[in-house]
Amino acid sequence: MPLSTARSNVRVVTLKIDGRDLSAREDETLLEVCREHRIPVPSLCYLEGLSVWAGCRLCMVELVNQNRLVASCATRAAEGMEVQTDSERLRRYRRTLIELLFAERNHVCAVCVSNGHCELQTLAQRLGIDHIRFAYRQAHEVLDSSHELFRLDHNRCILCTRCVRVCDEIEGAHVWDVMGRGSQCRIISDLAIPWGQSETCTNCGKCVQVCPTGALIKQGTSAGEMVKDRHFLPILARRRAR
Amino acid sequence: MTEPKITLATAWLDGCSGCHMSFLDLDERLIALADRIELVYSPLVDAKTLPETVDLGILEGAISSEEDLEKARLFRARCRLLVSLGDCAVTGNVPAMRNAFRVEAVLDRAYRENVTCNPQIPSLGVPALRCPVKPIHHEVSVDVFVPGCPPSADTIWYVLSELIAGRMPEPARVTRFGA
Repeated sequence: MPLSTARSNVRVVTLKIDGRDLSAREDETLLEVCREHRIPVPSLCYLEGLSVWAGCRLCMVELVNQNRLVASCATRAAEGMEVQTDSERLRRYRRTLIELLFAERNHVCAVCVSNGHCELQTLAQRLGIDHIRFAYRQAHEVLDSSHELFRLDHNRCILCTRCVRVCDEIEGAHVWDVMGRGSQCRIISDLAIPWGQSETCTNCGKCVQVCPTGALIKQGTSAGEMVKDRHFLPILARRRAR
Repeated sequence: MTEPKITLATAWLDGCSGCHMSFLDLDERLIALADRIELVYSPLVDAKTLPETVDLGILEGAISSEEDLEKARLFRARCRLLVSLGDCAVTGNVPAMRNAFRVEAVLDRAYRENVTCNPQIPSLGVPALRCPVKPIHHEVSVDVFVPGCPPSADTIWYVLSELIAGRMPEPARVTRFGA
């Protein structure tokens, strides 16, 4: 969510997160409040400056007196809310979600261009994941190298849709979209044509910079060389909001 | 009196031996380790048979062939504690990248297409390749997982020190996939 300039009609609410009494603006999400107060909540699809997708489910938190978990990126702070960001149940779910992402496609970290700079890899380590309990799907995906500057490797894609959102909301080109359901789900450029043939792509590279893994990368990068820089995003997002 | 030594066995399945090299990178710490550990079976020593019981077994590499599977089962049966060392053992890693192709196509590529002299697929005295290549814990149960390609000497030192002290290490604190 872009941070807009302070408006006087926005109320302030008080809530409890992990036992701490905090105050927040009522238009803030729980994840934004957590980030503000340096309470660690894992996330993959959320990115400050882009709209909320709530697809990865890693930022789920517990609300006291409510059995259903909520995605903190898509839940607004409310008066009197009591939030738990860490519990045995949440750790179990988060671990399972990450393991399923690893089992779904082919994340061969050792030879990946994003090795050492990957959000999925970092999150796995932070959550204490040292092996994948599930059988690997062994579905081998294609690599789209048709673009002169960039490359798309579906093997590393976790379908977070950051690329779709940044291209639509910030660049305004809407090259990317999502096609298919379930295990058939893929990121596509234009109407499922090779990226290099896209007539809408402006070669800006924003999708590459926001991609959390080694799915969208620069041409000519070798193992571990793809370092991403997304400093531009909050700045552009704030200017767009005006 | 000194404490009885912990018996250690290691084997190298479908990997590049990098994890064993990383073990050797313990350098002078190997001398300290030799006081606590007896290496009873390993590519690094001469013993040709795995003893009936071993305290600690360490496997490098993925399960790619019938021989790998046999070794993994033997290690599981004879080792009190089994460690998967390195990304190939833990995830399948690079050896598992051949899962995208049929075994025949892989063999053809290696032994026919790219060979100029007497191209033929070896069949005598070599174990049959399995498909798909799997991490070790997808065939036999594993107690400790140490990711990394290869895990650093410091990581191996941490894991071994914890195990020798009778504690379960938490390798994710010091290593990760692809480290």
